[in-house]
Amino acid sequence: MSPAWVVYWKECRESLRDRRVLMNSLLIGPLLGPVIFLVMLRLVVGRELQKAERPLPVVVIGAERAPELVAALKQMGVEPHPPVPDPELAVREQRIELALRIEPGFAQDWRAGKPAEVTMIYDASRREGSGDVERLRAMLDGYSHRNGLLRLLARGLSPGIADPLTIASRDQATPQARGALLFGMLPYMLILTIFIGGIWLATDSTAGERERQSLEPLLINPVPRDRILLGKLMATATFSMASLCLGLVAFVIVGHFMPTEELGMSLALGPRFVLVGLGVLVPLVLLICVAQICIAAFARSVREAQTYLGLAQLVPVIPSIILSIMPVKAQLWMYAVPLLGQQLTLMRLLRAEPLPFTGLMLSALLTLLAAAGVFALARRVYNSERLAISA
Amino acid sequence: MEPALELGGAAMIEVRDLRKSFGATRAVDGVSFLARDGQITGLLGPNGAGKTTTLRMLYTLMRPDGGSILVDGADAVATPLAVRRALGVLPDARGLYKRLTARENIEYYGALQGLGAAAVRSRTSELLAALDMGAIAERRTEGFSQGERVKTAIARALVHSPRNILLDEPTNGLDVMATRSLRSFLGGLRSDGRCVLLSTHLMQEVAALCDRIIIIAQGRVVASGSSEELRAQAHESNLEEAFMKIIAAAALGGGAPL
Repeated sequence: MSPAWVVYWKECRESLRDRRVLMNSLLIGPLLGPVIFLVMLRLVVGRELQKAERPLPVVVIGAERAPELVAALKQMGVEPHPPVPDPELAVREQRIELALRIEPGFAQDWRAGKPAEVTMIYDASRREGSGDVERLRAMLDGYSHRNGLLRLLARGLSPGIADPLTIASRDQATPQARGALLFGMLPYMLILTIFIGGIWLATDSTAGERERQSLEPLLINPVPRDRILLGKLMATATFSMASLCLGLVAFVIVGHFMPTEELGMSLALGPRFVLVGLGVLVPLVLLICVAQICIAAFARSVREAQTYLGLAQLVPVIPSIILSIMPVKAQLWMYAVPLLGQQLTLMRLLRAEPLPFTGLMLSALLTLLAAAGVFALARRVYNSERLAISA
Repeated sequence: MEPALELGGAAMIEVRDLRKSFGATRAVDGVSFLARDGQITGLLGPNGAGKTTTLRMLYTLMRPDGGSILVDGADAVATPLAVRRALGVLPDARGLYKRLTARENIEYYGALQGLGAAAVRSRTSELLAALDMGAIAERRTEGFSQGERVKTAIARALVHSPRNILLDEPTNGLDVMATRSLRSFLGGLRSDGRCVLLSTHLMQEVAALCDRIIIIAQGRVVASGSSEELRAQAHESNLEEAFMKIIAAAALGGGAPL
């Protein structure tokens, strides 16, 4: 058996006996992403749905001055509450969120066809109330506009005079695309499972061995150091792959519990996503694992290695953020960038869009090239004299 | 003070004018010696004398700045793998894999040495018996006593039956019982005709074990010979006194290289 395999089997055997590795690679790694995702989505979706249909409680002062207005607001979902003595103070003290005062001259002005005054009292610095304020304002605007048109009609004028501009909105986002917007973080969550799956083995098998004083005796065996490195890399990649596979399956399962229907979206989280996604991510697994091992070998202690690797986990956030705040059209060169290419592909997979063959090849090729480059670097670290010397 | 090299005979480990510096510190500054088959050779010296660095260059973990090392005629710088194959080493770092049993720890090294599965199994069983480890063979090494750990580390170092054995402070941290059994085991290796080289800072160790003693101080060999020769050289009847005298003389007359 070649020495790389000897190292590989030993690392796997030892890791399978370590509860921390099993927890990290096979439980936390694959499940963290999907669960966070589901919770996040439930919260966001739940709130959006709630907002649209929930009755809107408003303290109304002087309701008797405009019974028609109040009746119309009620129809639109307002729940009028009885007046309080000093509404401005009550809002400031956060006893109430939103009050509407129908001013004393309202009935008179209304009858005279003059602008009649109502006042909205709210605190704009309170985040959760801002949706309510906008809703009430929109209702008042609507009521005002409708009555304006009626008055024009009563005077024999065309209602069109009051609307020089007609705004029609037609949202071009397909239901899938709208879903994918919300799911922009999913590729990152998936890539995170790769990181978490490999991190323990990568640290333990180099920085950890050095700290436990077992690296020096290991290196005295008549085995070239790059074989030892290769064995450790394969073991790390195995656990990372296991974490990724479980993560993919977990996402598919979680997908069934996601309130996608309620949001009018559909996501292609099926067998195709799992298989193609796996194929797209395999080169990335190699790149991430070899980078983790390189960093862990370079670090002077396990603690230092863990700090560096923790920071490294944030790197794939960058393409995620770029993709979500800069909705640029995917261009071929983007596929050539490791991490970015995979995230683009995963997004397209989720939207059930066709995948560009050249892009996929480019992504795989460049990622493997990068992995080879980092491997060469790791080899240099492994062959340096200071690798084994802990003291 | 430089001892003349005795050439010829069955010299199995031959070190000539070995040098290694760390920054401005000359850790090893022209060390030469021979360690023969069928003998236990002791590198004796105070802490920081350069013993561990010398051994690390011998087992090719470090590259010498100058000088040469021949193990069974193979050059350590040019052919490190051949040299490592010819050596069994108990280094200063002797960590075990705590989630593997003692047997699995030894078998791992056997496989890395390139032994076949059957050879690994039989050699491991042999060593477990020779080191009296039957009771702990199938236990995971987590929680092993210091003595049990050293035994496991020695067994894995010897799994490929090397002709030459290097031990860095082998009895460090061992109790009297474990030290005695280790000494008798090393005596057995000598009677097998192997070349044993150990480093230590303990006088009793060399007095009890070594056929030849090489005293190192400040990265240099300051004296060498059998226990009797060293005592005669220093005109002392006690080896410890002789050692102190030789070290003191080296510090004064040798012109410390710092």
